[in-house]
Amino acid sequence: MAVLLLADVNDGALATDAVAKALSAVKGLGEVHILVAGTSAAAAAEAAKLDGAAKVLHADDAAYDHGMAEATAALIVSLAGGYSHIAAAATAFSKNVLPRAAALLDVMVISDVTAVVDADTFERPIYAGNAIQTVKSSDAKKVLTVRTASFNAAATSGSAAVEKVSATADASLSKWVEDKVAASDRPELTSAGIVVSGGRGVGSQSDFALIEKLADKLGAAVGASRAAVDSGYAPNDWQVGQTGKVVAPTLYVAVGISGAIQHLAGMKDSKVIVAINKDEEAPIFQVADYGLVADLFNAVPEMIEKL
Amino acid sequence: MKVLVPVKRVIDYNVKVRVKADGSGVDLANVKMSMNPFDEIAVEEAIRLKEKGIATEVVVVSIGVKQAQETLRTALAMGADRAILIEATADVHTDIEPLAVAKLLAGVVKEEAPGLVLCGKQAIDNDMNATGQMLSALLGWSQATFASELAIEGDTAKVTREVDGGLQTIAVKMPAIVTVDLRLNEPRYASLPNIMKAKAKPLAAKTPADYGVDVAPRLSVVKTVEPAGRKAGVKVGSIDELIAKLKDEAGVI
Repeated sequence: MAVLLLADVNDGALATDAVAKALSAVKGLGEVHILVAGTSAAAAAEAAKLDGAAKVLHADDAAYDHGMAEATAALIVSLAGGYSHIAAAATAFSKNVLPRAAALLDVMVISDVTAVVDADTFERPIYAGNAIQTVKSSDAKKVLTVRTASFNAAATSGSAAVEKVSATADASLSKWVEDKVAASDRPELTSAGIVVSGGRGVGSQSDFALIEKLADKLGAAVGASRAAVDSGYAPNDWQVGQTGKVVAPTLYVAVGISGAIQHLAGMKDSKVIVAINKDEEAPIFQVADYGLVADLFNAVPEMIEKL
Repeated sequence: MKVLVPVKRVIDYNVKVRVKADGSGVDLANVKMSMNPFDEIAVEEAIRLKEKGIATEVVVVSIGVKQAQETLRTALAMGADRAILIEATADVHTDIEPLAVAKLLAGVVKEEAPGLVLCGKQAIDNDMNATGQMLSALLGWSQATFASELAIEGDTAKVTREVDGGLQTIAVKMPAIVTVDLRLNEPRYASLPNIMKAKAKPLAAKTPADYGVDVAPRLSVVKTVEPAGRKAGVKVGSIDELIAKLKDEAGVI
């Protein structure tokens, strides 16, 4: 059977990394058709380049341009007939849409899949990653979101056909008003090779600039612990952890982060973890490959200077 | 306008989770349980709507074991008016799946006719992040997930949502389902007099049969394991040593 993969499109651009990783996760389940919803022909063309996509379905209608759940879920349901699996990267967009589509299909959603065992069986973290559960679905169709940090991105050397699908969107339930997305030249948090994160120890919003400076020196994305976000030092979309984003970069630098369970849930699959903290008892040192017990206000400027 | 708030009894967020030896799940026997933190935020928001004169009544509902009435009493002590307990299992280790929960809640919505349902965005036990969206689908209502701001203006709810790149604002037609994120508010603590008063507030007991819903799970647990542990590495003495290790040993910069 075939897989319908819902693509993330942000402001007309395909979230290539997320879609490419979700594609890797599901391509063993059958022929993959990528669904691009919205008016962006560029996003559909970009999706067509992903290796392993058999075709791209482009629902070219402005009603889908802002990823509204009601219209997008209805679109998925209208296409669901030919598919055994409906999947997407586990992003804010698909976590909004796929459970709605699943309920309309009278099936359960399987969220944050970290491994595909077979067509019915999947691994996923529960309790903030403190346990990994293998579940087997008895539903006729499987609807799942895929945790991108667990999979490598598919290459972009393909050339699948783009097929238009007719769309009948009812936009009466909800209306998009505006997006407030911070423009940044830094890499995107969930796909960056290096992430530098600050915690409560950073102490203030103005001192968080130090974390950003180190990140820029390393060409890294900036992250933050929930404590730092709750204290107003950093915006919420920088949050790494159970209630924020899950990242698995090659290098994760945790500065002034104690290492609460909920933060570890978002970064413990990083390849190399560095912790800088003045409290040598901080739990972050139990997962760090390299730990430096030091005052971050001395250590970070020194590191910026010496890199 | 009546506001309905579903609340879930979950393991307290401070408790260290232990996987059961037989791999069937996480050990919940004799473990401290609390209201799901996101649901607390939903209860708080509903009470604030009542204090502003927008909501007229706050009804809380919990689905699960009989002991969930403690969770409901907590919500009543915070300021909810009335509670419904749907006893769907006698076993604390049985988690009723979001799809079944949504079907039961759809039954409650049909009886209670609220103008707004406020849910936590996810429960910190199964981390599924699905119930609100599923309920919205079953009712054919509009949905606004991951809310960090909520303003109700007539028959429209203006909701600011936490999305991946920042914030998104949408306007949804009422009645609506809104799922709440961490930054919406800071829940209050119940005062002792209110805890006492909550004991006298009405709590109705129901069963899934009352709503004609089959709660049999669609997902069966094959096994549950502890995640692969990560070993502590080495402590370095200086930034120079750290940079050298990252360059030469790890090869990551």
